[in-house]
Amino acid sequence: MSSLTIRNLRKSFGSVEVLKGINIEARTGEFIALVGPSGCGKSTLLAMIAGLESVTSGEIRIGDRLVNSVAPKDRDIAMVFQSYALYPTMTVRENITFGMESRGVPKPQRDEAVKRVAALLQIEPLLARKPGQLSGGQRQRVAMGRALVRDPKLFLFDEPLSNLDAKLRVDMRTEIKKLHHRVGKTTVYVTHDQVEAMTLASRIAVMHQGEVQQFDEPQTVYDRPANMFVAGFMGSPAMNFIPATLTTDAEGRPAVSLKVGDGAVLALAEGAVPGTTGRDVILGVRPEHIFRYSPELKASKKSLATVEAPVEMVEPTGAETIGLMRFGDLEVTGRFDPDEAPRMGETITLGIDMSHACLFDPTTRKLL
Amino acid sequence: MADAALARVHDREAAAAFRRHYLSRLAIYGLLSIFAIIYLVPLLVVVFNSFRDQAEIAQNGLIAFPRSFAFHAWADAWSSYCIGGTCEGMKRNFMNSLWMAIPATILSTLLGALNGYVLSKWRFKGSEVLFTLMLLGVFMPGQIALMPWAFILGKLGLTNSTYGLILVHVIQGISFTTLFCRNYYVSIPDDLIKAARIDGAGLWRIFRRIILPLSPPILIVTVIWQFTGIWNEYLFGVVFTSGREQPITAALVALTASGTNVRNYDVMSAAVLIGALPPLLVYFFGGKYFVRGLTQGAIK
Repeated sequence: MSSLTIRNLRKSFGSVEVLKGINIEARTGEFIALVGPSGCGKSTLLAMIAGLESVTSGEIRIGDRLVNSVAPKDRDIAMVFQSYALYPTMTVRENITFGMESRGVPKPQRDEAVKRVAALLQIEPLLARKPGQLSGGQRQRVAMGRALVRDPKLFLFDEPLSNLDAKLRVDMRTEIKKLHHRVGKTTVYVTHDQVEAMTLASRIAVMHQGEVQQFDEPQTVYDRPANMFVAGFMGSPAMNFIPATLTTDAEGRPAVSLKVGDGAVLALAEGAVPGTTGRDVILGVRPEHIFRYSPELKASKKSLATVEAPVEMVEPTGAETIGLMRFGDLEVTGRFDPDEAPRMGETITLGIDMSHACLFDPTTRKLL
Repeated sequence: MADAALARVHDREAAAAFRRHYLSRLAIYGLLSIFAIIYLVPLLVVVFNSFRDQAEIAQNGLIAFPRSFAFHAWADAWSSYCIGGTCEGMKRNFMNSLWMAIPATILSTLLGALNGYVLSKWRFKGSEVLFTLMLLGVFMPGQIALMPWAFILGKLGLTNSTYGLILVHVIQGISFTTLFCRNYYVSIPDDLIKAARIDGAGLWRIFRRIILPLSPPILIVTVIWQFTGIWNEYLFGVVFTSGREQPITAALVALTASGTNVRNYDVMSAAVLIGALPPLLVYFFGGKYFVRGLTQGAIK
């Protein structure tokens, strides 16, 4: 059963089309992340699900009900805003109960609901305070409390963590995940942070220029990105893109010959040959699949290709060291274990794990 | 050694800076005091004269320190001085002004708040054009509207009545109150309205529970602006009312023009002060909110 169905949804502001035929379906209890760079239309999409923006064409269904022209309050949704949008003149308690008050829920029932939510979010001591007297993290909790108290069909989150400092953001991320496990409500979560999307979502919709580029489970989106945009957007540091041509190596196995640097020939993993010799492709390699070559590495990886490159820059982060290697006029990023990190100026022999490599078409930019 | 030398130079410069600072402060405060005195002298003369005896004023001239001290000018001006044949003092006109200014202030402020709320938070096709048109009213001098108002009040049967003046002032004031409130409400985040809509609140509940509780700073500004403006307004009062129905501003002019050849400066002074008291009190109690409210939007 699906609790949110979006079919061929379009939105135009004047002559500008910001959403160009969106199709997304969320099963009951699912956590969907809408991720993309700013201006990709993800917030507009969320506002349309909430009923705060009108639908130009297409369908939005919550449960089985078509809600295209249903008022926000009648859609059985709750929303957490990026700015929290707490009512500044009301106490935390009044903030949480305002929705029930507007709907005419009797007071004893309201008190009961506040008690339940306050216990769930551990905000009991804050109930009498005003939003201005709360820290960022506390406001975040109250905003979630206001959504949770409603017990709606659908939760909507609009970049709820982007106003928090880095450490708190990670804590709250974990908490949202725990909360979702406990409450089990269908959730749509908008973020521009691919890490948030990866960690929280059961499925991710990557959006760009008003279109869903890929809608799939996080690991699939990461391992098999549908196109070069998704590949470059998900993951940090970003995937390396190296122009290459299909060929065969000395042993006659299918391979790619790099069009940069000294034209190294890298054998492809088995069963990954999209076309005939001479076809232009773009080789996509994630930084964590680039290693310092060693015989032990060779033994542990099934399809390892080697290439030599000078090291241009080294950035230690503690847990890992980022190395920038020069491939002709390209810079290729690798993530190394600090113990085997490259040194600046060294010419390193790299082992590339080709079983994780992706090949893209240079013109359509789609995965081959 | 080097340290000590540095410290000395530093100290000398600090002292010079301090002297410069001190002198410039002195100049600023001196100049401000002079302007304040120039501004306050007329008020002082009027206050003095309201407590001086008419005989003394006649003897020592209009500008002099009081030799006598009497309250009767205030009592006369309030309840027994004769203006144009009736000897009831300013009392009735004062009450006229109150009955005009208070309802007109409240109504125009409320309407302005509602307009501002809708024009900033519930925009519709053409709302910006509407707002621009309403702004024209801010720049339109009142006398342009004299003839149309005379016509309308005549049709409505509200000439020579306080109700007529209330109507005129409410309508004339809406441009200003709308401008004030709309500009203030623009700075209230739209997310609040969206959140409230999802919470099930409609136009009115959002206004009452979210917008109005956030409004005191701008409402105080609007109330002070409207009250002083309406109280001090003269043109509509003198044109649309006469005699006992006149507001105090119009009555004050009638007072100076009333027939006797003796000019009772003591009573006139007291009458002027009575007429000036309410706006002064409003500003006295609300002034600090006024400045705060006017600058609030600019700083944030």
